[in-house]
Amino acid sequence: MQERGVIIACRSEKKEDSMDKQPTYAEIFKSRGVSRRDFLKFCGLTSVSLGLAPSMLPKIIHAMETNPRTPVIWLHGLECTCCTESFIRSSHPVMADIVLNMISLDYDETLSAAAGHQLEEVRKKIMKDYKGKYILACEGNAPTKDDGVYCMVAGDSYLNILKETAADAAVVVAWGACATFGCVQNADPNPTGAVPVSQLITDKPLVNVPGCPPIAEVMTGVITHYHTFGTLPELDRMKRPKAFYGTRIHDKCYRRAFYDAGMFVRDFDDEATRKGWCLYKMGCKGPTTYNACSKTEWNEGVSFPIGSGHPCFGCAAPGFWDDGPFYTRLADVSFLGTDMNADKIGAVAVGAAAAGAAAHAAVTAFRKKKAGDENDQHEG
Amino acid sequence: MAKKIVVDPIPRIEGHLRIEAKIGENNVIEDAFSSGTMWRGIEIILKGRDPRDAWAITERICGVCTTVHALASVRCVEDALGIEIPKNARIIRNLMNATQQTQDHLVHFYHLHALDWVDVVSALKADPKAASGIAQSISPWPKSSPGYFKDLQQKLVGFVESGQLGIFSNGYWGHPAYKLPPEVNLIAVAHYLEALDFQKEIVKIHTVFGGKNPHPNYLVGGMACAIDPNRNTAINIETLSMVKKIIEDTKTFIEQVYIPDLIAIAGFYKDWLYGGGLGNYLCYGDFPEKSIDDAESLLWPRGAILNNDLSTIHDVDPRDLSQVTEEVSHSWYTYSNGDDKGLHPWEGETKPEYTGPKPPFEHLDTDNKYSWLKIPRWKNNPMEVGPLARVLLAYAKGDPMITDTVNMALGKLEVGAEALFSTLGRTAARGIECLQTAGFMMHYYDQLVDNIKTGDLRTANTELWDPSRWPKEAKGFGYTEAPRGALGHWIHIKGGKIEDYQIVVPSTWNASPRDANGNVGAYESALRGTPMADPELPLEILRTVHSFDPCLACASHVFDMNGKEITKVTIA
Repeated sequence: MQERGVIIACRSEKKEDSMDKQPTYAEIFKSRGVSRRDFLKFCGLTSVSLGLAPSMLPKIIHAMETNPRTPVIWLHGLECTCCTESFIRSSHPVMADIVLNMISLDYDETLSAAAGHQLEEVRKKIMKDYKGKYILACEGNAPTKDDGVYCMVAGDSYLNILKETAADAAVVVAWGACATFGCVQNADPNPTGAVPVSQLITDKPLVNVPGCPPIAEVMTGVITHYHTFGTLPELDRMKRPKAFYGTRIHDKCYRRAFYDAGMFVRDFDDEATRKGWCLYKMGCKGPTTYNACSKTEWNEGVSFPIGSGHPCFGCAAPGFWDDGPFYTRLADVSFLGTDMNADKIGAVAVGAAAAGAAAHAAVTAFRKKKAGDENDQHEG
Repeated sequence: MAKKIVVDPIPRIEGHLRIEAKIGENNVIEDAFSSGTMWRGIEIILKGRDPRDAWAITERICGVCTTVHALASVRCVEDALGIEIPKNARIIRNLMNATQQTQDHLVHFYHLHALDWVDVVSALKADPKAASGIAQSISPWPKSSPGYFKDLQQKLVGFVESGQLGIFSNGYWGHPAYKLPPEVNLIAVAHYLEALDFQKEIVKIHTVFGGKNPHPNYLVGGMACAIDPNRNTAINIETLSMVKKIIEDTKTFIEQVYIPDLIAIAGFYKDWLYGGGLGNYLCYGDFPEKSIDDAESLLWPRGAILNNDLSTIHDVDPRDLSQVTEEVSHSWYTYSNGDDKGLHPWEGETKPEYTGPKPPFEHLDTDNKYSWLKIPRWKNNPMEVGPLARVLLAYAKGDPMITDTVNMALGKLEVGAEALFSTLGRTAARGIECLQTAGFMMHYYDQLVDNIKTGDLRTANTELWDPSRWPKEAKGFGYTEAPRGALGHWIHIKGGKIEDYQIVVPSTWNASPRDANGNVGAYESALRGTPMADPELPLEILRTVHSFDPCLACASHVFDMNGKEITKVTIA
């Protein structure tokens, strides 16, 4: 696992053992050959551009010489913004703590104050000033058909922007089902040719954080792990943090006892629904889905899909949209033991997350074959 | 010669939107072109799938207005199959919808729209004691002491001095169109942060009934959440008490933070009454007190207003093939019988056909096709949908709660009803509506408890769950009033599968390009005639566009299909 334990470049330059391993602005400038004189000039310009009084300049210089927050460029491709919405639901840490104290969310179309070319200037400035040192967070994915015209930002294709912004990133975080495995626009027949980020960006450390959306505390957990330990979390073979995707929902499900006893809900209007019996026969994909829903739960531990009576439909699994119909296709659990994780199951388990991409491809191919040429007429 | 400016990306919205504007004499916007620059083709993906899965797929159209497509979709499938949902399910759906409206409007005001009116950097110059005095004069909200504002200001100073402004980088701070005194800016920044923290509490109601948020779960036939006051395996009094507490806290936050801020901020901008736009408003209605089929029982009424004439309310029937139509004369699609021919969603067809410039490009070809958004029209009229449309319709109908709240707001601001037809009026309407939906939340909580008291625990009707009991072929229509306006789903089911699925989305109405007759859409109309202080710093454009609360992931998914092409599709 070459991604495991990668030290973020911008944190590794300083030699102390303290938690504050980030280099300062001053150090970054120095390492890039910028003179002290030019550094002070930069501080002055920053001060002016913020509309601050000249008396504030020493404070700016002091701040730049001390401890910057890690810059983050958060791109949005083909997506629905549910990942951003989930991120701001985090209860620990809360959003304000993250953006005020941990990271510098310098570019994010959903939240940024600036617009148009002023916003694009920020992206380009971060890419230049923090070359090789910023986090690229990707929400959504890029359509690859027809020169990428199905998603365009600032007069360019998102495909180009993603590649351009990834080129000098220290690390890439792929948020949610879209960026990790493709999600709904990637479902058969994938009219826009949307593909996961990992298929386009192959030369950077990359973390996949799947789910539609991922759980809020899982998302912020990835950021907080960096901030606290100075490294990427340990990843599994699908580049998912083991801390959050190490076990199946089924393994920690409070309805597991009913599964083991063979007591199943068979109708959404029967007495078993009120008794909280197992939802496996209603199509629950908890047995094959790696996510923290049954442990961390959602929205500060209020509930999770199974807890509110609905079967899991496997939104953190690759290709889950083509693994339906949701209520009638039952998860294949014949080969699974309770202590298996994605790595142990490996490539032998069709339907398990590790082999999900292959299963997805197989289902898609099957569907395409069934659908014949008709779909192609829509894609022109 | 007019100068053309481009604002792309438009931030603080959902999805990807581009505005090109022609600026004439005295920097007044002569004309504007609204372009949706993304498309995912979700309706193609729906083809051939199980109609019971459609809510989950369509819900993924948008995660900001999460839940609304799921709601429209289950209603649509139930309409097609003739399924009547249990009373508890109707109440829970209404409660979840009211929760969504309230949370969505709050987030829009503070996190997507406020920075068009609030100068964050100016807050550094505020006197915390004076800010406290203002805050306490407009609201009993307890977090308003001089010490509170002083601490916050110091935090803000530290943030700015770090040189890393994060989301506030390169904003239009100091722009002459900002009019708030530093103290009001400081109060607004404080509440930006408080609302960011509080919004996550409101949606816990979705988690109780739908298991998660964003994207809670729905079910064709009702809701999957079980109710049983005498079990710990279903919703019982402990869970209900959590819901009640959240509702009470939400109502307090809206009443004591959002509404006083809205009125205080609007008071400094009441001479900025640009951005009225079309004057045509459309509502499908929502919040059924009885069945969704009974338009008379909707708490939010159905109807249309034309040419700002509140004295005449036009009847609306989304099933009538001649009323809601879409054409593609300026959209990147092609129709077999002419791109300018409007088609009802049940008769729709589409082929995407990008004819714009190859990226990267400087300008779109706005004389021809320039958007991934189709062009919906009601009886050939471009229409505005959303909070302003709903508030005006309710006001025109004399709804007592809306009338009182509108009159209160107009009275406090000392402006006449004509002020409603503006950017500021749209923003005020959203707040007025949010106050109402926060009230709906408690109304539905009470209804739910009253119904459980009768011994009715049913949440799902599964008589028609099995496709073998469905008719061979069926058509359905489902609707909701999403936070951004009237949303319609149209389905055609054949042989137990989705034959055809069409969606006409609020932001497609509002952000649509011009039609074949040259009638512009709501954004384009609202931007015309607005003076800009400096065309290079497009704060005024952001203000008016944001007042509609754009949602482009929704808007650009409108995609009709030719039903004939699917007949051979079968899914494993």
